[in-house]
Amino acid sequence: MKKHLKILEFALSSLLRRKYKNLSIVLVFSMVTFVIASILFLTHSFKKEALSVLEGAPQLIVQRLIAGRHALIPVSYIDEIKKMPGVGKVSPRYWGYYYDQLTGANYTIIGLDRAWSVNGRVMEGTALAPEDIGYCNIGFGVSDRRFLQVGDDLFLQDTKGGLYHFKVKGIFNMKSQLLTNDLVLITKKDFINLFQFPPSMATDLVVEVYNPSEVTNIAKKIKERLPDTRPITHDEILRTYNSLFNWRSGLMLTMFAGAVLAFVILAWDKATGLSAEERQEIGILKAIGWETSDVLALKFWEGASLSIISYLTGIIAAYFHVFFFGASIFAPALKGWSVLFPDFRLVPDIDIYQCFVLFMVTVLPYTVATIVPSWKAAVTDPDSVMRG
Amino acid sequence: MKKYIVFIGIVVIEIVIFLGLLLYGIDKVSEKKAELNTLRQLAHELRLTDFSIWTEARYTRHPSQADWFSAFQDYPSSVEHFPAGSIIPPPELILKEGGS
Repeated sequence: MKKHLKILEFALSSLLRRKYKNLSIVLVFSMVTFVIASILFLTHSFKKEALSVLEGAPQLIVQRLIAGRHALIPVSYIDEIKKMPGVGKVSPRYWGYYYDQLTGANYTIIGLDRAWSVNGRVMEGTALAPEDIGYCNIGFGVSDRRFLQVGDDLFLQDTKGGLYHFKVKGIFNMKSQLLTNDLVLITKKDFINLFQFPPSMATDLVVEVYNPSEVTNIAKKIKERLPDTRPITHDEILRTYNSLFNWRSGLMLTMFAGAVLAFVILAWDKATGLSAEERQEIGILKAIGWETSDVLALKFWEGASLSIISYLTGIIAAYFHVFFFGASIFAPALKGWSVLFPDFRLVPDIDIYQCFVLFMVTVLPYTVATIVPSWKAAVTDPDSVMRG
Repeated sequence: MKKYIVFIGIVVIEIVIFLGLLLYGIDKVSEKKAELNTLRQLAHELRLTDFSIWTEARYTRHPSQADWFSAFQDYPSSVEHFPAGSIIPPPELILKEGGS
């Protein structure tokens, strides 16, 4: 133990002799760890939150497809689906999009046809009831863009160019932003009037299935009986979000691959050779009586001390970045063209296994990459090593 | 002061900070459980299927409800023009079964 502490002391002195070079390695190493850890933390946390919240999503949704595109579904399909054994309540959903020319934002408009309530506070003001004609509930993003408060009027243009005004009855709070940021909740009657929606049609249907394990079977039966429909099961919704927030997909993979590549270059540079100065140092140590194992221990401590410090710095910085600053560095890439983008504060739910894997793929290869070329130099004759 | 003492000190401080953050995370997760329950209920009551993150196109606003040709919604093989489209991968179904 004492011997190793002395070797560590010597290793640190040796690192400090080339402090600018080693400082830049710590900086690059920390940044690479920071990017990789940020991606892992962000995607894991997003995924956990999505899977937890969307557990409440409908069991089965039935859309109608015309020419491969989502089209309005006739309400008469409800009776057809209801006839199937195992099917409970079937109800229509009325929703659509509204492009707001004033702000350049897209809103999701929902036509409410039933009363709703939740335990816990999700809004300022009161929840919309199906009989509240001329009133609305809006998401935080909508109120922010349109500078609206409870009691103000929200103006929306109908299909004929006329203006509809809705009194804001409630505004969803920031805590529910991930679900409600762009929502405008109006009554079904207002929805039909605003969009001149055909009364015998709905956007899609929500199907309740008595036995949750039968959902896939019911979906198959619906597809057989109504071939122009596309059933979307609850599991499919969860699977979509599982793959959406997977670090192995899309842009996240691109960023992740870039960071990993930068790290590989760093480790490769280290592994492919020692500087003349480093070779000379090893030669001198061997000449004054250091064993090969001592030289390897020295190099191990050099590599380990640099990589451990960098790893811990990177991972701590990533934690602050993702959970305290809302992944602000990634925000421009994540935001895209969205005018309404939620200011999300994710739950700091991190996977220790991921931290462990990150440790194994950064600290370990870097340390090994430091030892290998030194071992080659340490087993060579000191005289020839010193002469280069 | 010996350099190794400073080094070990820095490592210990960083480990303590990291462990502190982990404990903070555990505390926040249990604190947010009630909030997540409320959101789950909200999704159930309003029959919501998607997160309101990317609002620029219908297939980025509602990835779980998008039709199979959503990435080429203007015309076949049209260029994907929304940045979020590069973050969102194609549905698993299409990757595995070619959408059939």
